[in-house]
Amino acid sequence: MNKLILTTAVLAITATGALAQDVVRMGTEGAYPPYNFINDDGEVDGFERELGDILCERANLTCEWVTNDWDSIIPNLVSGNYDTIMAGMSITGERDEVIDFTQNYIPPAASAYAAMSEDVDLEGGIIAAQVNTIQSGYVAESGATLVEFASPDETIAAVRNGEADAVFADKDFLVPIVDEDADMMFVGADVALGGGVGMGVRESDTELKATFDAIIGEMKASGELNEMITRWFGEEAMTY
Amino acid sequence: MFEFCADPDILPTGQWFACYLTNGSHMAFYASFGTVLLLLAITAPAALLFGFGGAVASRSSILPLRWLGKIYTSMVRGIPDIAFFLFFVIALDQGLEWMNHQIQCPDWTEPIRQGSEFRVCPEAKLPLTSAPQAVHEAYNFGIAVFTFALVFGAFAANVLFGAMRAVPRPQLETAAAYGMTSRQTFWRILVPQMWIYALPGLSNLWMILIKATPLLFLLGVEDIVFWARSLGGAKTSAFDYPHPDWRLWYFLGLLVFYLLMTKGSEVLLTRLTRRLSHGQATMAGEDMRKAAA
Repeated sequence: MNKLILTTAVLAITATGALAQDVVRMGTEGAYPPYNFINDDGEVDGFERELGDILCERANLTCEWVTNDWDSIIPNLVSGNYDTIMAGMSITGERDEVIDFTQNYIPPAASAYAAMSEDVDLEGGIIAAQVNTIQSGYVAESGATLVEFASPDETIAAVRNGEADAVFADKDFLVPIVDEDADMMFVGADVALGGGVGMGVRESDTELKATFDAIIGEMKASGELNEMITRWFGEEAMTY
Repeated sequence: MFEFCADPDILPTGQWFACYLTNGSHMAFYASFGTVLLLLAITAPAALLFGFGGAVASRSSILPLRWLGKIYTSMVRGIPDIAFFLFFVIALDQGLEWMNHQIQCPDWTEPIRQGSEFRVCPEAKLPLTSAPQAVHEAYNFGIAVFTFALVFGAFAANVLFGAMRAVPRPQLETAAAYGMTSRQTFWRILVPQMWIYALPGLSNLWMILIKATPLLFLLGVEDIVFWARSLGGAKTSAFDYPHPDWRLWYFLGLLVFYLLMTKGSEVLLTRLTRRLSHGQATMAGEDMRKAAA
């Protein structure tokens, strides 16, 4: 009996010990400011970096940030190269079949069209969007000609050099770009897409998901998350 | 880097660029040139070794070995590079983890394949999740070198196989007449003379290898093309150094780098060709003999 208690105690100690220094590898794209980007020091920065670091700190986990190409970001999560995705990824039914999401940490926000002139044809023109995003799916069904690009930056460049008539992307991503470029403007109405941005985890990682889910819930309730969203995305951004 | 870089917004152009070009992300960009050169320096000899092995196996008198050599060269040469780099790397990584899993966790009862997931026990992860990022990067780099060597080795095997057959037969017959064993003939007569026939093919492969390094990013290694694209893209004021789309300038920089690499290689290869032609029964060798006489 004594031995049993001892073993249990040892197990408990090693279990907590392991948990305390558990390393969680956080996958992100690093090309989607202000959600996530590589800053001037070559480090991952942005809203998701700050949020992710807070989540890890409260969960008592050590976090390591890893960048990965958007196109292969889900396959690499599933094959175990990192443990979470925080990359401005909207929660959709299609993705939910392959991976799991925590509750959203950015509310279902609007997507918008940005173009170089007011009179572009959003239903029949050429629209740029990033590959494998909810926006590219939406454009494909809208009847417009979709041109897809591997990175968000290339979608903007395509509009600037005339390859596409307009770009369709998350409004939060487009706002600073349109603000700082006198030639660019929003056209058409905003479109609400997806179920908000959440953290992607492997379906089998239920414990990790529950941990982060709980902390995101607390941060929503305390208003902390709202403060962060306003700080990174501006006063007009949607909050909880 | 410099002291005046604290507030980039108020700097005059010259200083702004001095700060911009020495910030952390640019340092990573410069370091990535080293990564590419290191990859070339390790991959080229490794590929040559794979190629030599493949060529020797392909002309072996032992049937299974010959099959192995033939299968290696034709299979790898037949698969498109991108497919190979996407599929093989994942398969190799998972294969290594699976083997490690069998050794480390023989008592593990959960299935490794769960739907689309690949789950080995935490102790069997390669590298361990808790390992520092540098170890992960070194591991990815190692896998990249191996894959590159395997692919380019298959092409090199075919080049060397052809070169071995191009060595004039009388050379080998003479060696036999002198009483050399077939092993001696191979190492002392065939191998030293085959290089001049292999060189044009091998130099092609080297040039292709130089240009193939952007495939590194598919393998999770941040190479020069990745950084050029990421640094050149338009930057909003979320960054310390906002600027419009400058990708053209970054890619021009890469162009210069690749041209310099090509030029340097050509100079070296010309010298090597001259050296290897010496005393050979080829036209170049004959010309050199006449010039000397």
